[in-house]
Amino acid sequence: MSRNLYDLIGLAAGICFILALKGLSSPKSARRGNLIGALGATIATVIVFFYANEGKALNNQTLILAAIGFGVLVGVPAARKVQMTQMPQLVALFNGVGGGAAALVAIVEYLKLGSDATTAVVIATVFTVIVGCVSFSGSIVTFLKLQELMTTRPVVFPFGRQIIALTLIGVLASGGWVLVSGGTTPLLINGLLSLIFGVLFVLPVGGADVPIVISLLNAFTGLTVAASGYVLQTTLLIIAGTLVGASGTILTKLMAEAMGRSIFGTLFGAFTAKTQQSSGAADTRPVKSGSAEDVAILLNYAQRVVIVPGFGLAVAQAQHTVRELADLLSAKGVEVAYGIHPVAGRMPGHMNVLLAEANVPYEQLVEMEEINPTFPQTDVVLVVGANDVVNPAAKTTPGCPIYGMPILDVSLAANVIFLKRSMRPGFAGIENELLYEAKTTLLFGDAKDSLTKVVSSLKSL
Amino acid sequence: MASELMSNEIALLAIFLLSVFVGFEVVSKVSTTLHTPLMSGANAIHGVILVGAIVVADHAKSTLEISLAIAAVILATINMVGGFVVTDRMLQMFKGKPKRKKDSGDDQ
Repeated sequence: MSRNLYDLIGLAAGICFILALKGLSSPKSARRGNLIGALGATIATVIVFFYANEGKALNNQTLILAAIGFGVLVGVPAARKVQMTQMPQLVALFNGVGGGAAALVAIVEYLKLGSDATTAVVIATVFTVIVGCVSFSGSIVTFLKLQELMTTRPVVFPFGRQIIALTLIGVLASGGWVLVSGGTTPLLINGLLSLIFGVLFVLPVGGADVPIVISLLNAFTGLTVAASGYVLQTTLLIIAGTLVGASGTILTKLMAEAMGRSIFGTLFGAFTAKTQQSSGAADTRPVKSGSAEDVAILLNYAQRVVIVPGFGLAVAQAQHTVRELADLLSAKGVEVAYGIHPVAGRMPGHMNVLLAEANVPYEQLVEMEEINPTFPQTDVVLVVGANDVVNPAAKTTPGCPIYGMPILDVSLAANVIFLKRSMRPGFAGIENELLYEAKTTLLFGDAKDSLTKVVSSLKSL
Repeated sequence: MASELMSNEIALLAIFLLSVFVGFEVVSKVSTTLHTPLMSGANAIHGVILVGAIVVADHAKSTLEISLAIAAVILATINMVGGFVVTDRMLQMFKGKPKRKKDSGDDQ
């Protein structure tokens, strides 16, 4: 196969990827778009077997095919079985292995080129190795945090900032060493230091900010793929990597805005913020707790109800029950909408996926900017397993970890009902003043149990 | 020869820059409802590094090179195949207003 034909097919695959992203502009076209993207990736993979060794079988072909088979055996079941609540972890993991693959590709190509490598290629190689390794080890730590295999709180250690700075200097210095003297050892040391840096870089990030990091690392991996496309002179890798870099950058920015944080503040916040003082007095203040019947009565006589779902809803697997409740209320003539905070759940758009899983039509999912002005006309807000995204501290308490984050203004509604497991604060670990207000009713218990009780009380009214 | 190489570099640079613009343009139109599938779909797209992994595995000579390249093929395959499968799983759940009869037709 000629180089030109190969490049043309690569270009077609690149266009498939653009169409895949374009499809996501509407839920209607999204699935088809993704299939087009998968088709492009498949074509690109098959075609390389015919091109790479001028039509003859590839060297190590059996090994390569076995490796692909093994990858499919690991990847497909993981993708099939993962629960929608665990999506952020899986994305982090897939992203990490992609970054690791890019770093390995650059290393092997560098070993092959040896002293033939031009300066530009060496620079691209070092870039790929550094960023790919950071993405790999950083994503693994992110995975561990989200899976709660380690603490979700920021991990701060003595002289943390200095150690991180020193490691970064080591990474850059060893990168420079590769440029100046070349050779395998400096590159491997560079890779090793980058892996360590990736771990140190993510450890101080708090649980609530982890999604931003996933998105940032996603952008990083995209750029490493683009850089290795330069090393291998492959147009397709440049197109694909750059597209991902762009999408990761935009998402990171949007997410940081939705949380009212600067990206820099997120990444290095743990070292600058004062430790959060939890005031012991707050815990003993009285709250108004109600029964499922009270809640059912409130809902029954409301004209407009807004449901604010949070991650707690997903943890309790209560998506289907909440939809049942919404259907029941709609049947009684109550206007029902879902108010979705952009970072509800654990990654942007996560809550939409969780509710879609429960067959909630996406037309009922209302974004924060649109739902906020409607709260004053809302009779009851039902907050299910959410906390930080409705916490007024984001507006009133400078210095608290979520200060500046745009929130759903549920306190403007006539009544607020919180379905909570306990008085334990949310993912960000901050006390919520709204719980103590007179218009607030708390219904304690597992979200699914509580909702089931509310549904049955409502039916008997 | 030198000038030929030069023009190739410029072509790659042009492709890179145009992809930046296309990427920003296309992604900024993505519906916020679909940000999670966007992240996982974009993730799957960079799994195409598999192509690069296969190319380097083809010309790997030493045991070290071969093992690293094969590891890259495995990781890239997990990234690409897993990414597209999970994105598809998410997207098939996004339906419009329910048409009562279709509810039970879901595959798991």
